[in-house]
Amino acid sequence: MPTLFDKIWDAHVVDRLEDGTAILYIDRHLIHEVTSPQAFEGLRVAGRRLRRPQATFAVVDHNVPTTDRAVPIEEPESRHQIETLERNVAEFGVPYFPLRSPEQGIVHIVGPEQGLSLPGMTIVCGDSHTSTHGALGALAFGIGTSEVEHVMATQTLLQKPALNMRVSVEGVVAPGVAAKDVMLAIIGRIGTAGGTGHVIEFAGSAIRGLDMAGRMTICNMSIEAGARAGLVAPDDITFDYVRGRPFAPKGEAFDQAVAYWRTLVSDADARFDRVVELDAADIAPLVTWGTSPEDVVAITARVPDPAEAADEAKRVQMQRMLDYMGLVPGQRLSQVPVDAVFIGSCTNGRIEDMRAAASVLKGRRVAAGVRAMVVPGSGLVKAQAEQEGLDRIFLDAGFEWREAGCSMCLGMNPDKLSPGQRCASTSNRNFEGRQGPGGRTHLLSPAMAAAAAVTGRLTDVRELIR
Amino acid sequence: MTPFTTLTAIAAPLPEANVDTDKIIPSRFLKTTQRSGLGRYAFDAMRYHPDGSERPDFVLNRAPYRAAEILIAHENFGCGSSREHAPWALLDFGIRCVIAPSFADIFHNNCFKNGILPIRLPREICDRLMQDASAGANSRLVVDLERQIVVRPDGEEIAFEVDALRRRLLLEGLDDIGQTLRHAEAIDRFEAGRPAWMQGTTL
Repeated sequence: MPTLFDKIWDAHVVDRLEDGTAILYIDRHLIHEVTSPQAFEGLRVAGRRLRRPQATFAVVDHNVPTTDRAVPIEEPESRHQIETLERNVAEFGVPYFPLRSPEQGIVHIVGPEQGLSLPGMTIVCGDSHTSTHGALGALAFGIGTSEVEHVMATQTLLQKPALNMRVSVEGVVAPGVAAKDVMLAIIGRIGTAGGTGHVIEFAGSAIRGLDMAGRMTICNMSIEAGARAGLVAPDDITFDYVRGRPFAPKGEAFDQAVAYWRTLVSDADARFDRVVELDAADIAPLVTWGTSPEDVVAITARVPDPAEAADEAKRVQMQRMLDYMGLVPGQRLSQVPVDAVFIGSCTNGRIEDMRAAASVLKGRRVAAGVRAMVVPGSGLVKAQAEQEGLDRIFLDAGFEWREAGCSMCLGMNPDKLSPGQRCASTSNRNFEGRQGPGGRTHLLSPAMAAAAAVTGRLTDVRELIR
Repeated sequence: MTPFTTLTAIAAPLPEANVDTDKIIPSRFLKTTQRSGLGRYAFDAMRYHPDGSERPDFVLNRAPYRAAEILIAHENFGCGSSREHAPWALLDFGIRCVIAPSFADIFHNNCFKNGILPIRLPREICDRLMQDASAGANSRLVVDLERQIVVRPDGEEIAFEVDALRRRLLLEGLDDIGQTLRHAEAIDRFEAGRPAWMQGTTL
């Protein structure tokens, strides 16, 4: 009867308040430099301690430069925020990967990579893309700084249960179609508020067939579908991924854990408040045209016409988006030139993403006038890519090969677009100004980003892999 | 946290859907280590030209609405990033209440933690309130959390729903960490029963 979400939820309810609000136990708390300083300060002011430092883990990612790490951080505010985190983790005894450690990287890449994120856990972080970790079969969601402080002080959160949604994708995707396309298709279908109040369980043969990287890409963008969290039932692909990771259970403990993890599936008669079904064969390589992740069309399509909008408010909003994006209705997406290409982020910064992009780039060159950069999601992803020779493919093609961090996904560090610049980006948000004030973002898969780099325009990657 | 009881205030109309938290406060202003002082960055790209001068047509730059304490918007307000800097920026600007047909979950939650009341009302009612708000300073709305009503300038009372616990915490201006720590023994008991393999982050 219970869903996967219900099972994880029920296993973490510590107590209930008089109105039924649950005190939900949190197994893993990941923190970073941007949303934690005010929480540490709150603890200090109230004279509270951090309840379980050993359930907590800190990284620096949002602010860090992605250039030579031997050079001190130039930007004084970024440096201050990173130094503040370093002081806080020392004072409160939180385990931490410093900027110059080989394991440093984006929190949502590092968590799974290190085995800090495990099936069946509740995992939170002061970052909306915490939904990524749901790919392991965990309940993982983003929280604000007040809740970061609440978890630090109590190792719990006050929560009301979410509604259950199942998104099933059945069948096999065509060549050139990536997990990113599947997720953009889902967001295009249900909209950016489609998942509000729900936890989405991603199911169906197309999801089961994905590797962990693909599942993480899907769960990562649950928040772009408005959901509180996204998850995938753990299976042998999950267990094989977790086995041997530094913080994962070892030996007999691992076997015990797997025995429990195998129970983490929605029952056959589980009730979902909403069910959405997609056919994998219908999904083409996709690209966004507007300033919301739901504004998505096939790369073979044309820019939509506001005159065809459902109502006046929608028409005005579409026109505003097109003005911002510098696009005209009816224009072919595949004829839109790009100034920049960004491959990276917690959505698509894993080794599998590097491989997908490199396979398109091999033996090819970045088009003249295009600035193209790769920012691996972690130091370990970078090292792995270098071991496989992928860095040579990127560098030979004319890409910048940078150090790990959030980088141009959100433009907090110096990696930014200039006003009016257009970027083919593997990140997760195409909001106005997200990649730098006035910057224009088209979301797409790593292979599609590589294709755009080669031709200098948004391009159907299938033309390059025939 | 300042308690929220009754608010009689100017409401600013912002007839847009999907106002994301990057729009409420862009990421480059998140480098602070404090909660205060973010009001001047609220809605930065909508409020200022690239040279820093004000855009005179933006609602919060127009005379009565500079003093607005209520914001009225369309669907899915506060979507995107979890940054609590968004409610901090709104609060520092002076906004204590946001009325919209729907909110993104994390933003909705973050508002309550900072003494801001987010009110969900159907789109057609929001549109009526938006009209009221367009009349400017002579057209104040009353938000009464105790009675769970919004009072229009013509006296019409509109009821709204709010979670009972959140309402109580807002009315009393209570910190919910203190509330949870009353259950410390239950947390201790629960923690003691966790399997060993779930435990640590130290090697």
